[in-house]
Parts: sequence; C-alpha cells; structure tokens
Amino acid sequence: MKRIAFLSVLVAGLFALLPVFAGDFYINLGSQIMIAAVFALSFNLLVGYAGLTSLGQAAFLGLAAYLSAWLTTRAGLGHGSAALLSILGTILVAAGFGLIALRASGLGFLMITLALSQVLWGLAYRWVSVTNGDNGMTRLSRPQPLGISIDSAASFYWFALIVTLVSFILIAIFVRSAFGDSVTGTRDQSRRMSALGYNVWMIRWITFIYAGFWGGIAGLLYVYYNKYIHPTSLSITTSAEGILGVIAGGSGTLVGPIIGAALVTFLKNYVSSYLERWNMLLGFVFLIIVVVMPDGIVPGLHRLQAMWRARK
Amino acid sequence: MNASNVYALETIGLCKQFGGLPATQDVSIKVRPGERRLLLGPNGAGKTTIFNLITGDRPPDSGRIRLFGEDVTNLPTHQRAHRGMSRTYQIITLFPHDTLEHNVTLGLLALRSSRWNIFRPTSKDIHDEARRVLSLVGLEHLADRPIAEIAYGEKRRVEIAMALAQKPKLLLLDEPLAGLSSAERKSIKSLVASIPRETTILMIEHDMDTALDLAESITLLHYGKIIVEGTRQEVISDQRAREVYLGH
Amino acid sequence: MQFWIIQSLNSLALGGLLFLLASGFSLIFGLMRIANLTHGAFFMLGAYFGASALRSYPWLNFWIAAIGSGLAVAAIGGVLERLVLRRLSEKPLGQVLVTLGISFIISDACLVVWGGDPIPVSTPALMRAPTFLFGFAFPTYRLVLVGLAVVAAVALYALLDWTRLGAMIRAGVDDMQMTRAVGIRISRLFTAVFCLGAGIAGMGGVLGGPILSAYPGLDADMLPLALIVVILGGVGSLVGAFIGSFLIGFIYTFGSALFPDLAYVILFLPMIIVIAFRPQGLFGRRPA
Repeated sequence: MKRIAFLSVLVAGLFALLPVFAGDFYINLGSQIMIAAVFALSFNLLVGYAGLTSLGQAAFLGLAAYLSAWLTTRAGLGHGSAALLSILGTILVAAGFGLIALRASGLGFLMITLALSQVLWGLAYRWVSVTNGDNGMTRLSRPQPLGISIDSAASFYWFALIVTLVSFILIAIFVRSAFGDSVTGTRDQSRRMSALGYNVWMIRWITFIYAGFWGGIAGLLYVYYNKYIHPTSLSITTSAEGILGVIAGGSGTLVGPIIGAALVTFLKNYVSSYLERWNMLLGFVFLIIVVVMPDGIVPGLHRLQAMWRARK
Repeated sequence: MNASNVYALETIGLCKQFGGLPATQDVSIKVRPGERRLLLGPNGAGKTTIFNLITGDRPPDSGRIRLFGEDVTNLPTHQRAHRGMSRTYQIITLFPHDTLEHNVTLGLLALRSSRWNIFRPTSKDIHDEARRVLSLVGLEHLADRPIAEIAYGEKRRVEIAMALAQKPKLLLLDEPLAGLSSAERKSIKSLVASIPRETTILMIEHDMDTALDLAESITLLHYGKIIVEGTRQEVISDQRAREVYLGH
Repeated sequence: MQFWIIQSLNSLALGGLLFLLASGFSLIFGLMRIANLTHGAFFMLGAYFGASALRSYPWLNFWIAAIGSGLAVAAIGGVLERLVLRRLSEKPLGQVLVTLGISFIISDACLVVWGGDPIPVSTPALMRAPTFLFGFAFPTYRLVLVGLAVVAAVALYALLDWTRLGAMIRAGVDDMQMTRAVGIRISRLFTAVFCLGAGIAGMGGVLGGPILSAYPGLDADMLPLALIVVILGGVGSLVGAFIGSFLIGFIYTFGSALFPDLAYVILFLPMIIVIAFRPQGLFGRRPA
C-alpha cells in the first residue's frame, strides 16, 4: 500500500508538470480526463470489485452537480457548505437507490439502476422551475479552496489532480482493506460468502453507497469545471462513457479505469472536433471492446507480459 | 459427553416443495453434540435440500430448526455461521483465482469483526492462522498457488479446511468424497476422523461402502422422507434399507 | 368528468403501446436472458420507417406501413442477433453492453438519415372522425389502439400456448438445460424470438406514430418505460407485461396531467413498491 501511495504521488507529480509544457487546450483535456477518471473509479467499485454491473452511476454525478448548482445559485450558499450538502444528498439518494436496486441481482440490478437514473434524468428535464430543464443551469462559479482561485485552466487542473490523487489513494485503501477482501469475495462466490458468515447484502449496500459518494465527487469536479450543468449529465450516455472507460481499461484493477477513462476522453474530444457523430462512435467502440477485448487493456497487457515471460 | 438434553441440531417436521414436487417431507432429525451422523439415500432422496434448509439457503415451507437449542428457522444464513454452523459443498465453490491461503483467510475473516474495517488490510495473524490450517490438512506447500491450479482432491481438502478453520460446532459435509480416487478418499476419511468431538458432524454421502466407516449413526432418506434411523448396525441390517438400495 | 374520461382513454392507449413495446422485451429477457437495451431504438426505428414511408408515399396504406416496418425491424433484429449477440452467448453482461452500443448507433443513424425534426404520422383516414359513446366524443384511433393491443396480447398468448414454437419458448423460459437436452435447436429459437420481439416493437412504433410521431430521443423516452413495465410486471411473464403496461399507462398519463413536473417520479413509485414486497415483480417467477 505504501508503494502504491508513493508511486501515485510520483505519477501525479509528473502530471503536475503538464501546464508548464502545454497550452490551455491540453490542460483542459487533462482536467476532463481526471473528472472521467474519478467517475470511472467510482463505477469500477461496483463493476470490477463488487461484481455489480450498474448503468446508473451518472445519477450520482448529475445529482451532486445539480445540488451544488442549485444551492449556490438559488439558495445562496457558499461553495463549502454547498459541496458538503450536495455530497450528503448524493449519499442519501445512493442509500435509497441501493435499497431498491439490491432487491435484484445481475441483470435485474442493472435494469433497476438504469431505470432509476433515467428517472432522475427525466426529472431534470421536466422540473423546469428547479433545474431550468433543457436550458441547463448556467453561469455557475468555481469554489475558492483555501481562498485560492481555480478559475484558470492550470489552477483548476492542479485542483482536479489533487482530488483525483486523493480519490485514487482512498479507493486503493478501501479495495485492499479487509472489507475490500469481503467485497471481492461476494463478487466471486456470493453463496459461499453467506455460508461463511458474511452479510452479503450489507457488503453490497455499503459498496453501492461508497460508489455513489465518489460519483458525487466526480459530479462536483464536473460542475466546477464546466460552470454549467445540463440534464445530459444524468443521461445513459454519461453512464455508458463511464462504464466504457472501466471495461476498456480493465475492470477489477485500480489503474485500468483511469487509462480507459483517458482513452474515452481523448476519443470524445478528437471526434467532436471532426465529426458530430460521437454517439455512433461510442456505440461502435462498445461493440469492438466487448467483442474483441472483453477484459480490457490492462489485463490484456498483463497477459502479454505473462506470455512474453513464458517464452523466455 | 455432555449431560444436558440440548441437541446440536434438531429439525422438527421440515417440509419443502418445489413447484408441486415434495422434496422434503416431514423430516425430523435429532443430532447429539459430538455425534457423527450420516444422511444416506439414493440420488434424488432430498439430502442436499435438507442441508440447504438447515443452512438457510432456502426457507422451509413448514417446520423448525434448532441449533444447540436456539430456534434458527428465521435466521439468515450468515448469522447461522456465527452460531457455529459451517458447511462444505458438493460442487467446489472456492475462489478460483485466489491463492489457497487467501481462500482460507476469507473463511477466518468471516467471523471476525475486523471484516468491517475499510481502512486496514486483513491482519497478518489471520494470514498466519490460514497457513496453519492448511498445514493441518497437509497443503501448506501449495498455500501460494491459485485454486485453479491444484488437483481436484486437493480442492476438496481446501473445502474442508475452510470449514474447519472456523472451528464450527456443527459441520455439514456435502458429499466430501465425491469424485475422489481411493487414495484421496483414504486421506479425506482420516482427516474427517481426526476432527475433535467439539465439532458435531452431519454428512451426506450416497455411496454406502465408503461412508459407513465414518458414521456412528445413520438417517436413511428416500423421496424426501426418513425411512430408517439408528446406529450403523441397526440400519445396515434393516430390511427397508435393503429395499431402498436394491429393491427399486 | 370529460377530463377523467379522456385521460382514461389516453391511459389505455398508452398502455396498449407500452404492451407492444414491453411484451417483446419481456419475451427476449425471459427466454434469452438478455436485457435488450436496443428495444427502445427498435421502436423508434419502426416509427421512422413508417413515418417516412407514409410521408413519401401518401397513397400507402397505414396498416401496410405498420406491418412492413415491423418486418423490416424484425429483419434488422435478426441480423443483429446472429452476427453479434450470438458471439457473446455465455456473457450476459457483454450482451447487454452490446445492445446498449447498438442502441447508440441506431439512434445516431436515425438522426443522420431523418434529421432533427419530428416526423408526424397522420391518423388513418377512416379513424379521424371521433366515435360517439355515452354522449362523449372519443378519438377513434386511440380506441383502435387499445383494441390492437388486446389483439396482440391474445395472438401472443395463442402463440405461446397453442403452437409448437410457443411450447419451445415456454420450455426454454422454464428450463434451458432441459430444453437443450431434449434436442430443440436453441439457436434458431433465439433468433426467432429476437425477431419477434423486435418486430412487435417496430410495428408498435408506427402504430404509436399518430400519437407520438417519430422524433430523435423517442428511444430514450420509451426504453425506461419498457424497463419499468417489465420489472414491475415480472420478467418473462406476458400477463405481467400486459397488466404492467396498463398500470403504468394510467399512472403516467394521470401523473403527467396532474403533476407534470414530477411525472417521472410518480412513474417509478409503483415499481419501487412492487419490488420492495415482491422482487420478482407481480407475475414473475424469479427475481429479475
């Protein structure tokens, strides 16, 4: 664990140098990658570690974002308390959604998470008096953590980098803890885990809430970065991009989702500059990844490494 | 031998139907602490169903289950494990990509409160205890290999090791000898025979010859009903037992 | 009074449409254990096929357009199933993600081909005049839609209960291993059912045209409704899909009329309540 913490701080330090060499376009791309990375990490807690495939994580990203937007603009709260209340609200909703979704497992769980997140999406569109519907909520501001402004591309990038580093380390601790062992156990043999004495439902529920928490953190980063929030943040496309990052990079690993999220973000940005057909491309990438590389890139590389070693 | 009248396991009138088919019919069993009881019967006699009812995998349609005097009929499976019940499975349900040590560690962690710790990894003393348990079943040399890489007979031993690691008061063994060579059967038999009397054993086997050595008393089932019950001698010489195995 | 009657009829019409959508989804899930997230896109594709055909060839009969679209979507579904889904036969998660990807492709393709403006579908000429019952004027088409849904339900029921294909489907839903063991060609059965489900959805898209028209985003609007109906009614149960469709039709219509902002929330409340007490849905046999 110490090694992971050390390595990740090192890598983060390297990435911190980006604004020195690159212009705003790449710095902003970096920020977007980090938001996607935290989102993918939150997704991976469910998909890769708990074995619970959800298609509704966008619900927590969008919910935290909207709560922050509403609390700062309509309720006149400062960013500090708004952030706290947004995360709290997201956790409560995650607890509620978890109670419902965990009545089923496998595909039923997936369908319920999708239905629940679509309901939030529909709510964001319809409840115009609160969310401004299809127009979204604009002209939002960024917080000033410790009094430091993060309005420039570079300063926001460093802020996002620190948040991503902290989230990575905390999630790594969680996954390697004794509780984390029980989580992966329920993924692999849930019946046996029950017989051994583990409360499988409670383990899953806690993990679901924790994943919702990090989804909310990603949502706050998202709304601070964009200074704008729109119902698309709650859409199934957002969840699809998240889960694509996880499976492209390799679920069940710590680093895989980050790499996958980076790839998806790159792809999205480049496609948007040339074509308008991101959705279609997303669909095709899904097909290719699932059919050709179902384990994702990181396990694929591990396999290549093992094959290489075996040859020697 | 304990003096009280509490049975290690008592089932009272257990009944279970699956879509109109009676799998378990009015099964009442009393197992004394320390006993080695064999649940015998041809395939389809409903033995695994009774196990599933006892562990809580499935709820009975009617009837009650008492574990050391406590009514556990409505208790969820994981809490029965905390009351001292452990079981092995007919089909290997180990964690295939994890090492043997990790498998047994999971078994040990299950009953400790540290399993809820979201900050600290599983403590070293649990890992050490897991290795100790593996050495008791002669598998310490394989402790760092993933389950998928070891032989079938060795997997069966890990199954039993995982259950024994929890020092259960009631151990349910579901066909522990299934699919083993005769050398492997001998080794499992001596392993089971060496289990201390603090653990009561209820075992399923449908192969009469091999299991009889381990059992002191036998409950013979057929079509979900108890046909004969008694000591080994009594059941072997019972006419109805012969009918069940030879008559049909 | 007028309000209640009109909304009730609207509810029944919506319920009928939902049944056309959800029955296919439920069959596919029940038999093939695939949560077909492309289903909303199938509905939309059918709507677009029918709407554009009727717009380009105004002499075309509405019903022929509906059936034709259904067949076209069924064919597309069949190709999909054989080329892509079959490769992932042991990976239910992969199948779901693939259907998700395909739904994105289809919905974007529709945007490219037909543009961003909705294409209205005119009510068939014979049904434009209102029907007068009990002194009230009812939109005739909506009455017909309800009738069609009932016909479809009866037809599906007959298919399942009286034909050999139906017997095979029911066997597969109950016990896949046994069905295979008995020698039934599962792969053909799967393709047939997938085509059937897709086709009904596609036809439903056209039949819904006079009420909903064909527009981008129709798939995203319909899919969650299908999910909610199937989760509530129970997976693999035709009765559940039928009752669930009309239940949701009523709740959504009245909810939208009375509390427009919160219609979506009201929509999923019954699903939550049903799941809380019966995880397998009202008529399902095992939890989804």
